[in-house]
Amino acid sequence: MAILEVKNVGKRFGGLQALGNVNLSVAENSVHAIIGPNGAGKSTLLNVLVGKLIPDTGSVMFDGQSVLGRKPYEINQMGISRVFQTPEIFGDLTVMENMMIPCFAKRDGAFRMHAIESVAQEKDIVGKAENMLEEMKLIDKRGMNAASMSRGDKRRLEIAMCLAQDPRLLLLDEPTAGMARADTNNTIDLLKQIKEERDITIAIIEHDMHVVFSLAERITVLAQGTPLVEDTPENIKGHPKVREAYLGESQDAA
Amino acid sequence: MDAIILQILNGLDKGSAYALIALGLTLIFGTLGVVNFAHGALFMIGAFCAVTFSKLLTLSHIVIDDTQKDFLGNPLKVEVPYIYDFFGQTTGDAIIDWAVPLSIIFCIPIMIAIGFIMERGLIKHFYKRPHADQILVTFGLAIVLQEVIKYFYGANPIPTPAPEVFAGSFDFGAMMGFAENTIIYPYWRLVYFAFAAVIIGAVFAFLQFTTFGMVVRAGMADRETVGLLGINIDKRFTIMFGIAAAVAGLAGVMYAPINSPNYHMGMDFLVLSFVVVVVGGMGSLPGAVLAGFLLGILESFASMSAVLEFLPGINQIIIYLVAIIILLTRPRGLMGRKGVMEE
Amino acid sequence: MFGLDKKDAGLLLIVAILALAAPFILNPFPEGSAMAQFNAGYPDLMQRLVIFGIFAIGFNILFGLTGYLSFGHAAFLGVGSYAAIWMMKLLTMNVIPAIIVSVMIAGLFSLLVGWISLRRSGIYFSILTLAFAQMSYALAYSVLTPITGGETGLQPKYTDPRILDGALPDGQMPRANLFGLDMKDGFELVMGNWVFTFNAGYYIAAVVMLLSFYISIRIFRSPFGMMLRAVKSNQQRMNYTGLNTKPYTLAAFVISGMYAGLAGGLLVAMDTQVGAERMFWTASGEVVLMTILGGAGTLIGPVLGAGFIKYMENIVSKINKTVLEQWFAFMPDGIEDVMVALVYPFVGKGWHLTLGLLFMLVVIFLPGGLVEGGQRIGNLFRSKKAKDTSPDGSKTPAE
Repeated sequence: MAILEVKNVGKRFGGLQALGNVNLSVAENSVHAIIGPNGAGKSTLLNVLVGKLIPDTGSVMFDGQSVLGRKPYEINQMGISRVFQTPEIFGDLTVMENMMIPCFAKRDGAFRMHAIESVAQEKDIVGKAENMLEEMKLIDKRGMNAASMSRGDKRRLEIAMCLAQDPRLLLLDEPTAGMARADTNNTIDLLKQIKEERDITIAIIEHDMHVVFSLAERITVLAQGTPLVEDTPENIKGHPKVREAYLGESQDAA
Repeated sequence: MDAIILQILNGLDKGSAYALIALGLTLIFGTLGVVNFAHGALFMIGAFCAVTFSKLLTLSHIVIDDTQKDFLGNPLKVEVPYIYDFFGQTTGDAIIDWAVPLSIIFCIPIMIAIGFIMERGLIKHFYKRPHADQILVTFGLAIVLQEVIKYFYGANPIPTPAPEVFAGSFDFGAMMGFAENTIIYPYWRLVYFAFAAVIIGAVFAFLQFTTFGMVVRAGMADRETVGLLGINIDKRFTIMFGIAAAVAGLAGVMYAPINSPNYHMGMDFLVLSFVVVVVGGMGSLPGAVLAGFLLGILESFASMSAVLEFLPGINQIIIYLVAIIILLTRPRGLMGRKGVMEE
Repeated sequence: MFGLDKKDAGLLLIVAILALAAPFILNPFPEGSAMAQFNAGYPDLMQRLVIFGIFAIGFNILFGLTGYLSFGHAAFLGVGSYAAIWMMKLLTMNVIPAIIVSVMIAGLFSLLVGWISLRRSGIYFSILTLAFAQMSYALAYSVLTPITGGETGLQPKYTDPRILDGALPDGQMPRANLFGLDMKDGFELVMGNWVFTFNAGYYIAAVVMLLSFYISIRIFRSPFGMMLRAVKSNQQRMNYTGLNTKPYTLAAFVISGMYAGLAGGLLVAMDTQVGAERMFWTASGEVVLMTILGGAGTLIGPVLGAGFIKYMENIVSKINKTVLEQWFAFMPDGIEDVMVALVYPFVGKGWHLTLGLLFMLVVIFLPGGLVEGGQRIGNLFRSKKAKDTSPDGSKTPAE
């Protein structure tokens, strides 16, 4: 069953057709990768999915409900969490506070005026955040300022923050961009582990073929704003169209 | 009809001042990315350049005049400006009379120097700090500058007259076929408007037609890339700051006869000029000029008694009201570019 | 204690002791001595110290936590003041209704201003709030004269209706009171050469300040406070964590507006008059100065900043040439003159110059304000002591 259904989505910026008639269907509990050369429209598509952009045509359904016209926070509350290319965390807050915020968002919704009880009294939230940090091996850094962590730890924290909301769909935007090979492999292992332990759908936009082929169960290749082909990794590897549009130019990167 | 023309004219001189200050503000913002709350103080310092220059010109020494006697029969002591000693009385008087326009020459180097010192000494260190910090430190600087002026010149406005020739008014009405004395406009305000137009034109020409200006415009659009090209953009930005300071200073010099300079005039104009910049669009030079004149004229229309009759007090708030409406409907101002001051 | 942890309770206790003992602390010099003119323990000044403390505490909830720099908060103070004076004119000279209504009206007004201004952020937000405040000021001065008294301002008059109060005895001016306790009541304690003044109005204001401070601690430590800090840190992440930033910032704006209204109401309760000038943008600038100088985003900072500025204003502006000459009298004549000439521009009427310089220095070198300065000095001592003990990595944010 498809949890995310993108139908006939088109988006134009002035004279540039960024997306033209995109159809995409992400099956529940799968890992689906969207790949494509630079300028293929991957980021535009992602921004449509999270509510940052509204497409000119088409529909985007998540779990049977349209996400179009909803604000990013509303879409998140529907169950879509997003991991950014460069980790977006609360740099001025401690790691523990970073972890508690999504827990509050999960429990209390988009806004709640809980201004009198202290954070420390929220035992369930503190417990949940601690568990999450434990699981992600960040518990010794709980009192640290998030901005002063290493890049790999920031990525880990950001993923942990997304998972704390128990999302149905986790969107990853080039999660290993700019990472050293060792960090990249750690991230791959982390994502594999997440997939094993949870009922979660992961959609990943990636440039790095190594990451894509280690994780993805299905792959959509995007070129010039339209999906070229959608198939399993094995078939994609050998697909002539894909080689031509994409793999040919970045084989050395893979 | 004549009333409308009169209001447009009345709006022009204030609009000119707004436009000149806003031009400098947005130039600094566009090039350096700094929100300069001390820009009004530069305008004020310009006005006080005119005051100082007039004072310098009339510096006198006492001469005993044997031809005149005071009431006790002693020779009369008269104060003779030094300038008489150099140029003789007639030329001396003419120079004193023309003190305000002449102080432009005196003002430009001073303002550029102040601009350089400000940028190198203070602003430079705030490029990477948040906008709130920039606002705060320049706000502090503005207080300091105006208190220094207050210390030396006192708290009262200092009348600084325009040259005798411009003292009268110009009867537009008679010229344009309306009844006489319906549209009267002081000559000096006309001069101010012309002066502002020349300065604005010069700044635009400078940015448009010189290599220097081209680099600065490129820097306004994309600072990092220009830096990558190996062009020393920082040095040019320092010069831009000096120019912006000079523009504000000149606006102040020539405004001195219209409004007697006092130490807080800079702050009064700054608040409005900021509104002008925001309405015009942060970082847009034509926007700043357009919004400056537009708001100046709107303000003067709002003070018409016919308007005040059914909208009392509108003249006091029109600028702010327009600013609020524009900011809410056109977030980037009239001519603002995308991506300026946005996350 | 009161749902606070040990450290916060200690902080509250210290502030409480300082506030309650202020008449002693601020009057260190014996009566009749040369320094007596620098005593600050008189009711009028002490009241202003705590009232502006409240104003700054509220401003800090907005600026310190969310980072939204409002340049128009004096408008809420002014609106609160006008509301309070009308309560005194129409209802009763008792300060309770006046203060409650001033908080409510300022809250409503800030809801309106905040709802519009918060559509923009950064400098645009600052300009919008400034525009609203300047509009309020201009209107209070001109068109709204029937409500605001225009240039003359407002004062309770003998002839006001005051429906809850009985008729005043002939010739007696209406006086602000708390169930009959006159705000100007008090007694003087004479101890040797020292005279200490205890004033009813001051103590009422001080208690309100402590209450405000307590509420601000609770807000800082609450999930709501944490969300506000998160807004300042990363709005993008807030949105993608399913949190709607608008109501959070609006709530912070309204709370700080209510604090401003409370300060305005108290100002009227202590000194029953209002003028439009307290809404002028320089007044908004002043609360920004207080908060930054003390330390934005810290609990105690705004209180320190407000106290410091109001106290220094009082002291420094009283220093004149004669005083300076006394101070430097021990020096040789020539040097004495030079010193007097050097210092003179910064004191007396030059107080604003000193304030401006001080403020610049703080923004440049000490962005965390006096609190950061204190911490740095503290760390200096601590690092000397604790060289051999292992450093503790954890730190409590936003103390």
